[in-house]
Amino acid sequence: MTETVPLSAAYWRGFRQGLPFMLVIAPFGMLFGVAGNEAGLNLVEVMGFSVLVIAGASQFTAVQLMNDHASTVMVILAALAVNLRMAMYSAALAPHLGPAPAWKRALVAYFMVDQVFALADADYRIAPRQSLAAKLAYYAGACTPVCPLWYVSTLAGAVLGQAIPPAFALDFAVPVTFLAMIAPLLRSIPHLVAAAVSIVMALVFAFLPAGTGLILAAALAMVAGAQTELFLARRKERT
Amino acid sequence: MSTADFYGRPVIWLIILALGVGTFVLRYSFLGLFGNRPLPEWALRYLRYTAVAVLPGLVAPLVLWPAATQGAPDPARLLAAAATLGVGVLSRNTLYAILGGLTTLYLALWLVG
Repeated sequence: MTETVPLSAAYWRGFRQGLPFMLVIAPFGMLFGVAGNEAGLNLVEVMGFSVLVIAGASQFTAVQLMNDHASTVMVILAALAVNLRMAMYSAALAPHLGPAPAWKRALVAYFMVDQVFALADADYRIAPRQSLAAKLAYYAGACTPVCPLWYVSTLAGAVLGQAIPPAFALDFAVPVTFLAMIAPLLRSIPHLVAAAVSIVMALVFAFLPAGTGLILAAALAMVAGAQTELFLARRKERT
Repeated sequence: MSTADFYGRPVIWLIILALGVGTFVLRYSFLGLFGNRPLPEWALRYLRYTAVAVLPGLVAPLVLWPAATQGAPDPARLLAAAATLGVGVLSRNTLYAILGGLTTLYLALWLVG
């Protein structure tokens, strides 16, 4: 087989480029384990989140809204809204990985976390001519350091969480985690506008049942972001 | 009563399974279900802002009215939030932002008491 060498090269390239993300995933997963544990979820339930959902921001969203005693529908809606961006990831990867057999596409979909998507998207842009097998190998390589660590660190957080004294103010680790996810996203004026609308409207709607105000605020913020982008693009065209 | 007791085991599993299936469907959507069709430009324009539309609204009340202080604004936590955002915006790095935020939180809690 002449293909074995380039395939393993693609796999290890993905693996190497995925390695730095371990530094983010490990504390993140641990914090989720701690947060789930604090909410009274048992070990199987905490792991159920990380294995079946495998999407940090939406897992944190769900647990936070559950702590607010939001209705079940609102918990599910808000947490899924956080993941809407993954439809965009899916669309971006489809031209590259669409021809793969269904079970491989299903695996690609299951492991489609932010970090792996960002790596694969960049790699396929740089080298669009790679074979399908090489692209899949790269994807698998990028998943290897990132995804299993998510399960392991969640487990560690859930087990060790009980031992962490209240002086560590872990209640605030969750907001800090969210803010740390948001900050790098604030890279353009429309993103800033969307974030500002989201904050103001969520506070204005705070009197509504938990989760309802957030969904409304998010919808308005999305419109605000998209319209700002459109407005800026049109203004640029005219000048 | 803990959060888990409030919902009960069956509802918790309903939430986990609904999120698991829903998230998978979103991830599989264009790869598997709709075929290889490009997203229309207007849809992309909205999808770009989903994360930044949901997360700030979720976190704002947690920062302003923390549960640990019974909802009273807390200087240490406000400082920590500002530091997290500041480090995150400047470094564009989630890990540095978390470390900066937690360091500030512990320093401020220790100084303010």
